[in-house]
Amino acid sequence: MAIQSPSLDLGGGAGVRATPAAQVRGYWQQVGRRLRRDPVTLVCAVVLLLIVASALAAPWLGLADPYKTSMIRRLYPVGSPNHLLGTDELGRDMLSRLIHGGRLSLFMGVTPVVCALLIGGLLGITAGFMGGRVNMLIMRIMDVFYAFPSVLLAISLSGAMGAGAENTLLSLTLVFIPPICRVSESVTTQVRGFDFVEAARASGAGTLAIVRVHVLGNVLGPILVYATSLISVAIILAAGLSFLGLGVKPPEPEWGLMLNTLRQAIYVNPLLAALPGVMIFLTSICFNLMSDGLRAAMDVKA
Amino acid sequence: MDRGGSAQPLLLARDLRKHFPIAGGLLGRATRVVRAVDDLSLSVEKGETLGVVGESGCGKSTVARLLMRLIKPDRGTMVLDGDPVDQPHGITVNELRRQVQMVFQDSYASLNPRLTIVETLAFAPKAHGLPSAEARARSRDLLAKVGLDPVHFADRYPHELSGGQRQRVNIARALALRPRLVILDEAVSALDKSVEAQVLNMLADLKSEFGLTYVFISHDLNVVQYLSDRVMVMYLGKIVEIGPVDAIYSDPQHPYTRALLSARPSMDPRKRTREAPIQGDPPNPIDPPSGCRFRTRCPFAEGVCAKAEPLLTDTGAQEVACHMRIKGSGHTRAP
Repeated sequence: MAIQSPSLDLGGGAGVRATPAAQVRGYWQQVGRRLRRDPVTLVCAVVLLLIVASALAAPWLGLADPYKTSMIRRLYPVGSPNHLLGTDELGRDMLSRLIHGGRLSLFMGVTPVVCALLIGGLLGITAGFMGGRVNMLIMRIMDVFYAFPSVLLAISLSGAMGAGAENTLLSLTLVFIPPICRVSESVTTQVRGFDFVEAARASGAGTLAIVRVHVLGNVLGPILVYATSLISVAIILAAGLSFLGLGVKPPEPEWGLMLNTLRQAIYVNPLLAALPGVMIFLTSICFNLMSDGLRAAMDVKA
Repeated sequence: MDRGGSAQPLLLARDLRKHFPIAGGLLGRATRVVRAVDDLSLSVEKGETLGVVGESGCGKSTVARLLMRLIKPDRGTMVLDGDPVDQPHGITVNELRRQVQMVFQDSYASLNPRLTIVETLAFAPKAHGLPSAEARARSRDLLAKVGLDPVHFADRYPHELSGGQRQRVNIARALALRPRLVILDEAVSALDKSVEAQVLNMLADLKSEFGLTYVFISHDLNVVQYLSDRVMVMYLGKIVEIGPVDAIYSDPQHPYTRALLSARPSMDPRKRTREAPIQGDPPNPIDPPSGCRFRTRCPFAEGVCAKAEPLLTDTGAQEVACHMRIKGSGHTRAP
């Protein structure tokens, strides 16, 4: 958010500039217009939409049963008839498992970020707006969590609580609260220092009204952009935990877990073994590029 | 609205003090303080414009924020038209803020970039319980009053306006709560000269139309002379001279005021300043000089100036804080 010096603006003060009404647009309309002109972000959005839609609609796509094993159809290569993407080490259809796996993987990626966004955002905005001792208390507690590398923290939390999807979600949420809190705190502190917040205080408005009208609108954008970039990290971490046996348990289809079990096939059929990794890579890079595009589009200057 | 009658000052401040602690040492303990405003007393009469001048860093803006209670004074009392502020039998800080409003210097930073002009203007009336439709109607009226056509400007965003237009919006916002006192903190300093003149004329019109009282803070001596009834000269958090504008500008008593006035640009080439009236920067307000704070830059400084602090003394037309104007102060030039 750049502050433009008014002294650069040499336009007349009183003169009413006749401007067609079409030029008067809201902030979000401008963001939308910028996004539509950004091909990278558009492609990423389409790819993500396809992955999410196919994962959601997986049971109704007429795919093979992702749990049905077969001892004779093991490790079919990519491109086999009836098994477009081959079969895994237990003879289950890879295409079906990859699409079904998206359900769990995306869920494990998005849910902790959303939960952490609610908790960390609330804490961070509170710390940033209140300042002083409240800020000190909240941010020093966050620093304690921050001291651990995020992967290590997730692994140790999952390890302590035991394997399983719920515990993975919980530990990932805890891992993401500190960074979101810190970003929220820093943008809120920045916005709080602007004269328009001071002017709102000078008008005698209550704290809640000031936060709702003047702070939230200016901090939610950067916080959401940052949270979007965390989704890819969450997907990778969740996959990593499953790979280590701390996340989802077999035979659930989940990209990280599939990557783990297909390890044994890496010399027999390396392409097949890499497929879940490709999905993880594709999803996380799309989320990353999309958050970049979003940030660029939301950085609206005068 | 008028409670105390015309003789009752609109705003009285007594012994206002604000020292900003500087965190340092272990655990961020406050080890030293910036003495931004030091035991300053002033009164603002009803319907007048009080000009406040001084170098940057002399505490002008801190005074403005103290008068609005945007920062809490370390000590000192304020009385708004006979009602003590933030006292058991007085008015609350919120009530003070309804009657005293402020316009900031940076016209862009003082507008929320995500709100349209009419939303910005309607915020304060709505926060004070006015229904939304009424608040918006009042905002559109105010836009017209500050010379901006509501049809064109109400639904614009701040970045679509020029600097002068934005400052008009800020003035309209300050008027939205129908205040009695408006503090203008360098409100026209960032505008270019032609726009500045338009805004100054508009301020004068608004003052008579709404019966306002202004505290006009500026470093521009010519603008202060044009707009003010009384002028207060500040140096390092203290008042050095205060009085009617004509007396101050025609017969400045304090050496600092004289230096300031001789340093201002003149249109007349014969009155060109030949040498710098005072040298150097103001001393650090963390450790202000003992006695008279101006003595380190004063050409007439003597022993007494370091020992005793000169108090504001009535010299007839104006009040001055200088040993040279205090009877029996010990200064060789004292009367």
